[in-house]
Amino acid sequence: MRLSSAAETAAVSAAAFVTALVLFGLFVALRGLDPFQVYAVVARASLGSRFAAEQTLTQAAPLMLTALCTAIPARAGLLVIGGEGALVVGGVAAVLAGVTMAGAPAVVGGALTLVAAAAAGAGWIAAAGALRHFRGVNETIATLLMNYIAIALMNHLVSGPIRDFAQTLKPSSWSVDERFRLGEIPGTGIHWGLAFGVGAALVAYVLMRRTTFGFGVDILGGNPRAARLCGLPVGRLVLVTCALGGAAAGLAGGLEVVAVHGFASASLVVGYGYAGIPAAFLARQHPLAVIAVAILLGGIGASGGVLQRSFGLPDAATVVLQGLLFVSVLAANTLYGRWPIFRGRAA
Amino acid sequence: MADLPGARGVTASELGLGSVAIAVVGGAIRVSTPYLFVSLGETLTEKSGRVNLGLEGTLVLGAMSGYAVAWLTGSPWLGVLVAGVAGAGFGLVHALVCNLPRVNDVALGIALFILGTGLAFYLGKPYIQPTAPRLPHLALGAWSASPQVRSALEINVLFMVGAALAPALGWAFGHTRWGLIVRAVGDNADAARALGYPVGRVRVWCTAAGGFLAGIGGAFLSLYYPGTWNEGLSSGQGLMAIALVIFARWNPARCFWVSLLFGGATALGPALQSVGITTHYYLLNAAPYVLTLVLLVGSSSTRHALVGAPSELSISR
Repeated sequence: MRLSSAAETAAVSAAAFVTALVLFGLFVALRGLDPFQVYAVVARASLGSRFAAEQTLTQAAPLMLTALCTAIPARAGLLVIGGEGALVVGGVAAVLAGVTMAGAPAVVGGALTLVAAAAAGAGWIAAAGALRHFRGVNETIATLLMNYIAIALMNHLVSGPIRDFAQTLKPSSWSVDERFRLGEIPGTGIHWGLAFGVGAALVAYVLMRRTTFGFGVDILGGNPRAARLCGLPVGRLVLVTCALGGAAAGLAGGLEVVAVHGFASASLVVGYGYAGIPAAFLARQHPLAVIAVAILLGGIGASGGVLQRSFGLPDAATVVLQGLLFVSVLAANTLYGRWPIFRGRAA
Repeated sequence: MADLPGARGVTASELGLGSVAIAVVGGAIRVSTPYLFVSLGETLTEKSGRVNLGLEGTLVLGAMSGYAVAWLTGSPWLGVLVAGVAGAGFGLVHALVCNLPRVNDVALGIALFILGTGLAFYLGKPYIQPTAPRLPHLALGAWSASPQVRSALEINVLFMVGAALAPALGWAFGHTRWGLIVRAVGDNADAARALGYPVGRVRVWCTAAGGFLAGIGGAFLSLYYPGTWNEGLSSGQGLMAIALVIFARWNPARCFWVSLLFGGATALGPALQSVGITTHYYLLNAAPYVLTLVLLVGSSSTRHALVGAPSELSISR
C-alpha cells in the first residue's frame, strides 16, 4: 500500500469515527447526559481494567471469525451475508461431533469437534458459492435465505432429535463431552476463542496477501473477465474463498459451543453473524484490520452493562453506537479519492 | 391426549383437519399483514433499482414508535401514521447515503438494520410495561355459529388496506406515468437519465415510501397482533422481505398471495400443534425459505440476470 493511500484510509476512517461519536454524543446529550463523561466511561469499561479488557476480547473473538466470513469472499468480489447461518451450522456440527466421539482421547476429540464445526460452516457457504458459480444464483440472497434455513434446522434438532430433556429452561441440545471443552487461556479470563480468532485472521492475511492463490483471488475480485482470460481457475477460487469464510464462521459457532455454552440452543443466534458483515466493511475486507475492528466493537459491546449502571442508559445504547459507527463508515466510503492532498504524484 | 375428538368416537382426521384449515386461514390473515406491508415496500424500492436490506430495523422501529405514540395519545391510528413516518425517515437515510458514489446498498442495509433495532430497543424501554390501545378489526364471521370461524374471520383493517394497496400498486406500475418512470429508473438508469428523469431523486422517493410501508407493517405487530411492544416482537419479517419479493417476482399483486402463503406456513405449525401434531414444527416454518431458494435457483442462470428482476438491482446480477 502506498503511503498516501494509507494516509487517506486513516483520514477517512477517522472522519467516519468522529462523525459517529458526535452523533451518538448528541443522542445521549438529548437525555441530559454529558457525552464526554459517557465516552470516558465507555473507554474505562472496555479497556480500563484487566477485567474490562477480558470482557472486550471475549466479545471480540466471535466477531473476528464472522467478519472473516464476509471479508474473505469479498476479495473475490462476492458479498456473502451468511455468517449467522454458518455459525449456527458450525455449532450444531460441534455438538454432533462432540457427542458421537464421547470417550475418545480429549485432544483428538476436542480437535475433531472444532474441525467438524469449521467443515460444516465451510460446506454451508461453499454451497452458496457453488450455486453462484454453476447456476448464477446471487450469493447475497442465497446466503440470507440459508441463514433462516440453518436457524430452523437447529431449532428443529434441539427441540426433538438431539434435545437434552434434562435441560428444561429452554430447548437445548445434548452437551459436548466435558473433556472436549475449551477453558480459559492460562493466566487470563479469556477463553481460547480469541486465539482462534486472531489465528484465523493471521492465516487469512498470509493466504490472501502473500500467496499466488490470494493474488488470483484479488484479480478475480477486481475483474472477473480478466481473471477468466488469464486462465485462472475461477470456480475453484470462488469455492475455496467461500469455504474459507464459512469455515471461520463455523468455527465461531463451534467455539461458542465448546468454550461458552457446552451445547447448542437459540443462544447461538445473537447476531454475531450479522454484526460481522458491517465489521468486515469497517475493516475494508482486510484480514488484519478485522482483528482491530472486532476489538473496537467488542469494547463498545462490553461497556453496555457499565453504561446501564452509571447513567441508567438502556443496554441497547451500545447497539446504537455500533449502528451509527457502521452507517457513518459505510457512508464515508464515498470520500475516497475526493481529497486532492492524498492523490500523490501518480495521480 | 384424551380430549382429542378421536377419543369420543368422532374421526379425528375429519374434525382435526377442518379446524386446522380454519386456524391456518385465520392465522395466515393475521400473520401475513406485516409480510404484506414490508414486501410491498421492498417491491417499490427494488423497482427503482435499489435494495434495502434494512427493513427489519425499520419494522422494529415502526413497531416501537407506533406503540409509544398510540399509548401517549390514545389513538392507534396516530401511532400507525407515526410508525410510517419513522420508517420513511429511515428509508430516507438509506436512500440519501446510497446516492453517494461507492456506497454499498446491501451493507448499508445491514448497518441500518442493526441501528434501527438498537434505536427501537433504546427508545422503547419505557413502553414495554404500559398497554396501548389496539387497532380495530371487522367481524366478518358474525354470520357463523362456530366461534372458531368467527375468530378466524376477525379481519384487521390494515390487512384490508394492504390487500387494496397491492393491486393498486401493481396497476400504478403498469398504467401510470409515475410507475413508468420508476420502472425506467430501475431497469436502465442511463436511459432514464438520458430522458431527463432524476434517477437519484426517484430512488429517494421510492425508498422513503418503501420505508413508510415497512413502518406500518411494524405498527401492525405492536398494535394488533401480537399487540404488545417488547424486544422479541419481530421474528425477522423485515429481513424476509427480500425473499417475499423474489417469490412474488417483483409483482405487487402477487405480493399479496405470497404474503398469505408465508403467513399460512407460519400459522400451520401452531395450528397443527393445537391438534396434537408437534413434530417438524420448525421445519414447516423454514418451508417458505426453502421454496424461495428453489425458485431462485430455478430462475437464475450464468448467462442472464435474474428473471423478472429490475436490471439495475445489485442483487440480480
